[in-house]
Amino acid sequence: MNSLVNRAKMLLEEKSVNVVIGYEAGTGGTARPAFISESADAEKLIYNEHCVHNLAVYLSKQEVRKMGKIGIVAALPVMRSILMLIAEHQVDPENIVIMGISHDGSLLDIENIQVMKDYISKSDPGNPERYKDKLAELNKLSMEERFEYWQKELSKCIKCYACRQACPMCYCTRCAVEVNQPQWISVKSDISGNMEWHILRAMHLAGRCISCGECGRACPVGIDCHLLTMHLSDQVYKYFRVYAGLSEKMSSVLSTYEPNDKENFII
Amino acid sequence: METTIKSLRKQSLEKLYNHLASSQKIYAPIVTSDKQVEFRYNPEFRDVTFEHIRSTLSVKNVVFPKIENLFYFTNTKEESIIKDIDLNIIPEVVLWGVHPCDSAAFDILRSIFCWDIKDEFFSKRLEKITVITLSCHKSDEFCFCTSVNLSPDSVKGSDIQLSLLQNGDYQAEILTEKGNELVSQVPDLFEQPSGEKKVIAGVKNKFDNKKVTSNLSGVFEHPFWIRNSLRCIGCGACAFVCPVCACFDIQDETKGKDGRRYRCWDSCGFSLFTLHTSGHNPRQIQSQRWRQRIMHKFSYMPDRNNALGCVGCGRCSSSCPVDMNLAEQLEALQNI
Repeated sequence: MNSLVNRAKMLLEEKSVNVVIGYEAGTGGTARPAFISESADAEKLIYNEHCVHNLAVYLSKQEVRKMGKIGIVAALPVMRSILMLIAEHQVDPENIVIMGISHDGSLLDIENIQVMKDYISKSDPGNPERYKDKLAELNKLSMEERFEYWQKELSKCIKCYACRQACPMCYCTRCAVEVNQPQWISVKSDISGNMEWHILRAMHLAGRCISCGECGRACPVGIDCHLLTMHLSDQVYKYFRVYAGLSEKMSSVLSTYEPNDKENFII
Repeated sequence: METTIKSLRKQSLEKLYNHLASSQKIYAPIVTSDKQVEFRYNPEFRDVTFEHIRSTLSVKNVVFPKIENLFYFTNTKEESIIKDIDLNIIPEVVLWGVHPCDSAAFDILRSIFCWDIKDEFFSKRLEKITVITLSCHKSDEFCFCTSVNLSPDSVKGSDIQLSLLQNGDYQAEILTEKGNELVSQVPDLFEQPSGEKKVIAGVKNKFDNKKVTSNLSGVFEHPFWIRNSLRCIGCGACAFVCPVCACFDIQDETKGKDGRRYRCWDSCGFSLFTLHTSGHNPRQIQSQRWRQRIMHKFSYMPDRNNALGCVGCGRCSSSCPVDMNLAEQLEALQNI
């Protein structure tokens, strides 16, 4: 990991960036997001199997934006999130330096967005292998059985919105659930309120989710809510042949009309 | 009441549980997945866990449900007709296997809900519970009860405290009249103490809470808050898993002419929590909301409620998606 630490030191010393967002040691041998703004602190940076948080979520946080130019430690899901954020005009590519991390944890030389795109294009853009069995299992269920499964799962939800807050694509400064005049979405966390929230969340992420799985990992009560958005990623690919986070010029699939769009799914 | 100490053989524990579960509501912890421990009503004894360090959620929902109906109403052209909730239908519940940190939270919640006006819903629910605690014989790096004036075998809020003994049996400390009444239903199960020692977990003292409280009065504008909350993503997990957090929202929900007013859990970590009608928000950024969380629990509450707003259960830290370790931050505030 010396190369990552050295790169961070260099970027901070040269003043190419004001802060490096990476990972440091967390409680009990885990890892957690870290913000390094002094080159002397760069030694704290680590990269190992515990570094799973999607750091792109911080690129739209007010306090972080105020820090100026940002260096960001970016494994594949972070890189794809960054492309989506650029495509949706949330991140200025001029304002970030990407410290790419390869599959085997080594530092990549990402000079510009094109290099990053080339790197991303070498990987499978579909849902990660480790989720495929569960997704397939759910797809085998009848619609009633699936509804029952999700009702049971979502009854656990406490509406803490960790799923939303951990997601780089949920960057709205005022989420639909926070609009209270009128109150579109029920505030309470009962089965109907929970279903409304999770359906809304999944639909807003359809075609935008890059399948990092952070929403499910962040959930304190263990709801696999990432399976909802991942299923929609599969559906969007099925109907539109598009995966999110492969290009910085992508327009949002579900809010853009193309004359050759298939319409056979509209009943 | 003077505390009575008895001994309960392992087999008697099962008999006690089954006796209670067959006659009333009992709320006990079960392991539901590798990371989740949930309290459920009347689970089978064989599913009840005695080995968990902390349940995913605390048991505060028994006295402060995530949704509490306050009244029903019917609107006519002339008036709104209010129908009160019949509080007498709230059932008696035995809480089983609650750890001492969680039982200590009831008194703190009372200091919030009955601060000036006695909250009828909370008070009635509190009146209806009997708490059988289980001392902690296991702990982890997130536990810090000893730093907030408690311990793995403190008895605050408990009616009967069970503790694992070295020979695998349990000790029962009968602490209140409620506890005594329960014991008197099955007196034969409780034997004279055997003299075996209790197995109690070690929990490291991490900070001096008095020093933290005293330091907090002078650091409102300190850069600490921004620096230490950069990684906070602003969800409400910490507040909702916390046994002490008591903030709620009040909402009306109508269908045609009929409706209800309810309160439901809310969190000071959310920006909407303090958004004014004018559009102004006194806590615009996450660092201000993180500061509020710590200030409320360790400065405002000691001042106003004469209690710390924390029992050191460690849930906020263990359930945080980004490892905002509260004890670690309090340790830093002790030396600020």
